[in-house]
Amino acid sequence: MADWVEPAVKQGRTSFMNDPKVRSIVLQVVALVLVIVLGWMFIDNARENLAAQKIATGFGFLENTAGFGISQTLISYSETSTYGRAFAVGILNTLLVAVIGIFFATIIGFLVGIGRLSKNFVIRLISTCYVELLRNLPPLFQILFWYLAVLSAMPNPRQSISIFGEAFISNRGIVVPRPLFGEGTGLVLWTFGFAVLATVLIGGWSRQRREETGRPFPMLWVGLGLIVGLPLIAMIVTGFPISFEKPELKGFNFVGGVRVIPEFVALTVGLATYTAAFIAENVRAGIKSVSHGQTEAANSLGLRSGYTMRLVVIPQAMRVIIPPLTSQYLNLTKNSSLAVAVGYPDLVAVFAGTTLNQTGQAIEIIAITMGVYLVISIITSVIMNAYNKRVALVER
Amino acid sequence: MKRLLSTFALAGAFGLAAVGGSFAQDKAGKLQQVKAKGFIQCGVSQGLPGFSNPDDKGNWAGLDVDFCRAIAAAVFGDATKVKFTPLSAKDRFTALQSGDIDVLSRNTTWTISRDTSLGLNFTGVTYYDGQGFMIRKDKKVNSALELSGASVCTQTGTTTEQNVADFFRANNMQYEVIAFATADETIKAYDSGRCDVYTTDRSGLAAERLKLTNPDDHIVLPEIISKEPLGPVVSHGDDQWFDIVKWVLFAQVNAEELGISSKNLDEMLKSTNPEVKRVVGTEGKFGEGLGLGNDWAVQIIKLVGNYGEMYDRNVGPDTPLKLARGTNALWTKGGLQYAPPIR
Repeated sequence: MADWVEPAVKQGRTSFMNDPKVRSIVLQVVALVLVIVLGWMFIDNARENLAAQKIATGFGFLENTAGFGISQTLISYSETSTYGRAFAVGILNTLLVAVIGIFFATIIGFLVGIGRLSKNFVIRLISTCYVELLRNLPPLFQILFWYLAVLSAMPNPRQSISIFGEAFISNRGIVVPRPLFGEGTGLVLWTFGFAVLATVLIGGWSRQRREETGRPFPMLWVGLGLIVGLPLIAMIVTGFPISFEKPELKGFNFVGGVRVIPEFVALTVGLATYTAAFIAENVRAGIKSVSHGQTEAANSLGLRSGYTMRLVVIPQAMRVIIPPLTSQYLNLTKNSSLAVAVGYPDLVAVFAGTTLNQTGQAIEIIAITMGVYLVISIITSVIMNAYNKRVALVER
Repeated sequence: MKRLLSTFALAGAFGLAAVGGSFAQDKAGKLQQVKAKGFIQCGVSQGLPGFSNPDDKGNWAGLDVDFCRAIAAAVFGDATKVKFTPLSAKDRFTALQSGDIDVLSRNTTWTISRDTSLGLNFTGVTYYDGQGFMIRKDKKVNSALELSGASVCTQTGTTTEQNVADFFRANNMQYEVIAFATADETIKAYDSGRCDVYTTDRSGLAAERLKLTNPDDHIVLPEIISKEPLGPVVSHGDDQWFDIVKWVLFAQVNAEELGISSKNLDEMLKSTNPEVKRVVGTEGKFGEGLGLGNDWAVQIIKLVGNYGEMYDRNVGPDTPLKLARGTNALWTKGGLQYAPPIR
């Protein structure tokens, strides 16, 4: 930099605003100040008016006793718990729907998406009908359909549908036996964990070997053998420590066992099938984006069509599929707030509904709720973007 | 550049001016605002027979609706100058806080937390109620104390949610509560068998029962598990409007007590009884104190009727709800309806 020479022709005196660097900084500072002032004015105005109307403010209410019941709680909760605890219950219920919904939406979406490109006319027709029917009906309507038309039509608990006398389906949901962990369960769980770890490690090794030498390895069978076989042996050695508590019909409802409430089923099934229709279209678009030459090349190498799909087409399609897939995951998570229509106790129903109504602190509660959805969505985006980076085509 | 900057500054100034304008608080009282716009915006339910329910032509009817009409009669001398906003239990207080409605007349229970922390004022009790349970006859249950293990359907954002929790906990009974956003969703879920029990205020049970497929297959259990004084609500901070809404109800109750009704009003205007004269405005100037005409009570009685007429027309024994006066009878007849005197 030392040999930098002043330009020979000095330009006339100009305003410092003509320097693009200075200009952009000044404009950004002005914009930032405006945003801060506006934000501060909104907050101050809200605080002043709330105080003038004697509406309670602050976050102290989270410590107060909630005093209402919740039908599905993943953590221990009772009427004597605090609003803060009810808030946590709501978040977990929302996440449960989101995670399980995303899981099934992805599986159904991929199957239908590939089905739409099938050579088989019937599969293609069914897949097309699925997509066009489900993505063109409002999600709230679909959830209500599952809840009111399908699940409410189930018999009452006394006439419930019994599955081998172990599980029961009624209009109160599905009850399955609850696993009871006796002595020796620890060993079984440890072997299970070990089997999973071993499978992952062997999977990595086999993949590397295949890429280097082209020799395949029967990973599916080895993995299955490890994950099912090892804990089974441990069970036999410890003498079957896990027993099951059978649900029994007592009074109004089943006692014992684990119950999946129909509100959860309706919401999850409704959202998963609805979102799957969109994912199917993303998958189809992704596959279509891979040039047909790739398939022909794979065929000419003698790969069977299943392998062509799995090893050649899908990996290249993923980079087109992932970004819109992320949007669909976010949509599903946010649509879970439709829960309130079927009485499922999600974050909006429990916190932005009952808690808001009992405490009346609308601004705080709505702000917290928005914050939670924002955090969930951003975490989902970050994970998906990281995955996208991994599967993105590395150009050489 | 200069042009760009000045545009920027102008836009900023406009933004501030606009915000400042919208920030300015309403200085005029509610009564002036209401008179200026020419009608009262009244928050009611989304359809509760007997209290606030639209008919097939979209005309609202019910006790809560009639009360809003009575306010309009007092303010405008015209009971039709009301617009109704149907609200869910969950949204009702926010609508009042934000000023979307002038008065909330929506079978709302008066509690200390609502009165003190929501920025609201309850003006009185239009209906003394209590929470009850409805169940199918074929469940063969005769008492709420036999409900252990039951699934209970209720509406979210109501006092019933907490009452039911208190009741089951106090009696050491298990239960499962399913809370829906609207009354219609709740009763539909109960009708389809999702729940064993439907719970709400007993007047609500009588009203919602009419929506069931076979109303006669259901019974209301005898226990009353809570006090539910239902009444109109206004926002904090406007004492004149608070007084008006409060005294509209008192005028109706006083009128019934003194035997003044829409039918005998003309005779009563000629009455020599000083108590009657004060109500109908032939003695004293009590309307002025409220900022209304001196015939404010006459208009209410003429256009809507006294409390008893309003009750009988909407929820009384001759209506589908068939609710006896019970606790809502006048204090002179063993009930709780008692109004401070007009003097």
